Amino acid sequence: MDKQKLVMIGNGMAGVRAIEEILRENPNLYDITIFGQEPHPNYNRIQLSTVLQGDTTVNDIILNDWKWYENNNIRLFTGESVIDLDLKKKYVRTDKDRVVVYDKLIFATGSSPLMIPIPGVEKQGITGFRDISDCETMINCSEQYKNAVVIGGGLLGLEAAKGLTNLGMSVKVVHLMPYLMERQLDATASTMLKQELERQGISFLMEKQTVEITGEKRVSGLRFKDGSTVDADLVVMAIGILPNKALAEQVGIDANRGIIVNDFMKTNSKDVYAIGECAEHRGIAYGLVAPLYEQAKVLAKHICNKETEGYQGSVTGTQLKVAGVDLYSAGEIESGPDTKAIRVENEYEGVYKKVLIRDNQVVGTVLYGETAESTRLFRMLTQKEDISQMTSLSILQPAGEAEESDVASMPDEELVCGCNGVSKGTIVEAIHAQNLTTVNEVGACTNAGRSCGRCKPMIGEILEHTLGDSFDSSQQKEAICGCTTLSREEVVTEIRAKGLTNVKEVMNVLDWENDEGCSKCNPALNYYLGMVYPEYKDERVARLVNEKMHANIQKDGTYSVVPRMYGGVTTAEDLKKLAEVATKYDVPLVKLTGGQRIGLFGIKKENLTAIWEELDMPSGYAYGKTLRTVKTCVGKTFCRFGTQDSMGLGIELEKKFERIDTPHKFKMGVSACPRNCAEAGIKDIGIVGVDGGWEIYVAGNGGTDLRAGDLVYTVKTKEEVIEFASVFLQYYRETGTYLERTSKWVERMGLENIKKVLEDETQRTLLLERLDKTLARYNEPWKEAIENDEIKEKYYQVTTY
Amino acid sequence: MTTNTKIEVARYNELPMRIGRKVKIAEENIALFKVTSGEVYAIEDKSPHPKGGVLSEGLVSGDYVFCPVYDWKISLIDGKVQAPDYGQVRTYEVQQEDGKIVIII
Ligand code: SRM
Ligand SMILES: Cc1cc2nc3c(=O)[nH]c(=O)nc-3n(C[C@H](O)[C@H](O)[C@H](O)COP(=O)(O)OP(=O)(O)OC[C@H]3O[C@@H](n4cnc5c(N)ncnc54)[C@H](O)[C@@H]3O)c2cc1C
Ligand code: SF4
Ligand code: FES
Repeated sequence: MDKQKLVMIGNGMAGVRAIEEILRENPNLYDITIFGQEPHPNYNRIQLSTVLQGDTTVNDIILNDWKWYENNNIRLFTGESVIDLDLKKKYVRTDKDRVVVYDKLIFATGSSPLMIPIPGVEKQGITGFRDISDCETMINCSEQYKNAVVIGGGLLGLEAAKGLTNLGMSVKVVHLMPYLMERQLDATASTMLKQELERQGISFLMEKQTVEITGEKRVSGLRFKDGSTVDADLVVMAIGILPNKALAEQVGIDANRGIIVNDFMKTNSKDVYAIGECAEHRGIAYGLVAPLYEQAKVLAKHICNKETEGYQGSVTGTQLKVAGVDLYSAGEIESGPDTKAIRVENEYEGVYKKVLIRDNQVVGTVLYGETAESTRLFRMLTQKEDISQMTSLSILQPAGEAEESDVASMPDEELVCGCNGVSKGTIVEAIHAQNLTTVNEVGACTNAGRSCGRCKPMIGEILEHTLGDSFDSSQQKEAICGCTTLSREEVVTEIRAKGLTNVKEVMNVLDWENDEGCSKCNPALNYYLGMVYPEYKDERVARLVNEKMHANIQKDGTYSVVPRMYGGVTTAEDLKKLAEVATKYDVPLVKLTGGQRIGLFGIKKENLTAIWEELDMPSGYAYGKTLRTVKTCVGKTFCRFGTQDSMGLGIELEKKFERIDTPHKFKMGVSACPRNCAEAGIKDIGIVGVDGGWEIYVAGNGGTDLRAGDLVYTVKTKEEVIEFASVFLQYYRETGTYLERTSKWVERMGLENIKKVLEDETQRTLLLERLDKTLARYNEPWKEAIENDEIKEKYYQVTTY
Repeated sequence: MTTNTKIEVARYNELPMRIGRKVKIAEENIALFKVTSGEVYAIEDKSPHPKGGVLSEGLVSGDYVFCPVYDWKISLIDGKVQAPDYGQVRTYEVQQEDGKIVIII
């Protein structure tokens, strides 16, 4: 039998999902052709903001790669639009004049950003936020220009604003209404969100109606109805979307806001269907993937001649993540005269929850900052559960308990992946039936987790719960090395819980595969133990060569000696000693290092202790996972621009923190004015003096992955700088993974989360206490070696015959 | 060089556990290790990695040493480099006589 020809216009999320469902129902029924305007295979539009922010590449968000189309014998034409069709002769025609006939046609054209038709809208520098090319426009723009204005304070607008801020632009969001995301959030949640975004550097112009875009060829600003103006080099319009229905309308298919379809996604024209954002079902054109995927299932069944009761419309909760904040809303948003509200407002943790109740039933909910209970509340809402019998609607639960107990007690029919409509039962079944062991495998079999990704942690928990002991947790997380399946978190937790005190004990008790570990876990465990116990006695055999020897080994087996020169400041005496040692031992290289001090390179092992003795200077730890140098500029003492004593502060910092073990090396810089001669912007902690105070930057890196530091605070006194540096350093020590520089650590943890902890008075006191205790345990290692014969013999002896 | 010469290089009790000692005998650089089991091994003090690396400073785990410069894992028993890397270093016979460690060379 000749296959029927199925043509799909649009190669986006809903359309391709429908094709997947069709292939699942019956892979042999249709000969499939897809046209897509964009030059890419189907990608995850929801993740566009991560592309905009530069976190991921286009490749990372591809849902169906080229191979998938090939393997399923789908003819795909990308970068090609359907511009005309003939409903009688049943063919479509593209902008490349290609003609393809069909037996069945599906519109899956999605929607387009709504561009307000005001004067100036045609100028350069104005874009929507819908596809990869929009992201590219914005990224290019951010490289040349400074000021971005986003029109629209809804989800898309805020995501665009956040992305542009990350790209280094100064961003203003213009919103017509008094509250952001007014359709999903109530006034309280909206205000919290606005404050949070302001903290992240976005500014807002509320209740402003744009009436004109000014500029020559390119946009230069906006004018508002009240007469005020704002400068702009880039304008992003995010005021709404319009279903792409023009093509359908032009050939006489019924359309209203979108292309009108019945419960089987069929239009009023024979053999023509519509699905996704371009379709309007019972008066609603949906704009989130969950309902669209339901439509995809129905459509697939229907055109594969399988029984289906049809699409009944969706009640959706909106689960969103905006700029790192989790939000959820469903049902009614604002309290009315006949509703009673349960509210929890936790300013301290930035959490707000509201549940609206009418006649003992949940009719609406708004969750801000923490959304773990969303599925439960949504179930109560849709199933109209009577809540009068419930002893308490547990809105706030003890920390940590919420998620864990959830998975076990969660009913099978409860939705885990909202985007894809996958319940816990379906996931558990798939895990058993197909021996799935990873979150990605579950996604491949059930689609769960394949859209916004928010449900992935819960899928992981279900896997763990379902597989029990056979769950190979090593595949889900990063084990610290090949000797174990445990991650950093687990190891540290076990050290604390079981009171493990040395490397060997950790390896024994936690069932290490090699009795004495390897070159990765030995130093890591030694670090974690030293982090957990301030009085820890360092295990030198667990250290790698440089830290074991307190000198950096070189390619030929010789060593370097780099003594401290606090803040890069030296004296004639020290210089003389260096010169004498260099002469006496015939040191092959005397060099100014990149860390503002002098290094002696090419020293023989057997000469190390003698040289240290003659130098009589402390070790500069140029080899250690610890504080390296604090670079300073000459500052106020001499420089005409200097506003602060940068050398003084630098020296004080270096003296305070030297020797402390850190997950990776740690560098600081102190400049006395924004000219920043000490390059404080690329240090783990960088300090820049300004008139009347100090700016503090963190997480800069000048090494392999260049990263500019983030400005966290501007403080008045050097005492505040030192206190901040202390708590920051200690928090990094306690939460960093071994060999993770602050640049990576801050990105993993989130600067805002770190700040929250460091701003808490109690936490600060405890961090300081633990830091001080730890600092007290160190001795000067060179001196120790010189004075202790056992150390000398053990580590520095060479036997010659 | 003479063959089968016995050279006393250390006293057993003085040798630190899991810390290599560099021993130079004429032109030969040897790394001497006492491991946790109490066994003493002597191998050539240079990793077969094309750029070398001094093994006496390496981290010791069981009967293996990790090259401190390129992290190759090398068996102290037969000198074999462990997969995925490959190669072999020379091993020396070690004997104990009255608490003395003797290398046969
Ligand atoms: C001596 C020095 C180069 C010089 O001639 O100036 C140096 C030498 C080494 N650096 Fe460096 N770095 C030196 C300044 C720097 C700087 C500049 C600075 O500190 O302002 C950087 C970039 C800044 C930064 O770290 O953010 C730097 C980024 C690195 C990196 C990359 C780190 C990263 O996170 O990407 C490594 C590799 C590593 O740590 O894993 C590295 C590793 C090394 C090692 C330890 C490689 C090794 O394992 O053998 C080199 C030891 C040479 C030796 O024989 O002692 N070195 N290294 C500098 C010593 C400074 C000091 O006085 O302590
Ligand atoms: C930045 C952003 C964030 C989002 N976040 C979320 C979220 O968190 N949760 C959520 O549920 N949803 C989110 N969405 C919405 C979600 O992405 C859409 O609902 C979904 O992509 C719609 O799928 P679709 O197939 O209908 O349309 P699309 O994915 O837009 O696909 C339509 C495709 O058809 C092509 N096309 C149009 N006309 C033609 C033609 N004539 N010829 C050929 N090709 C044509 C278009 O170029 C497009 O590629 C977000 C959207 C964006 C832009
Ligand atoms: S950073 Fe400023 S104060 Fe310091 S040396 Fe440079 S110009 Fe002078
Ligand atoms: S909830 Fe969005 S992918 Fe699962």
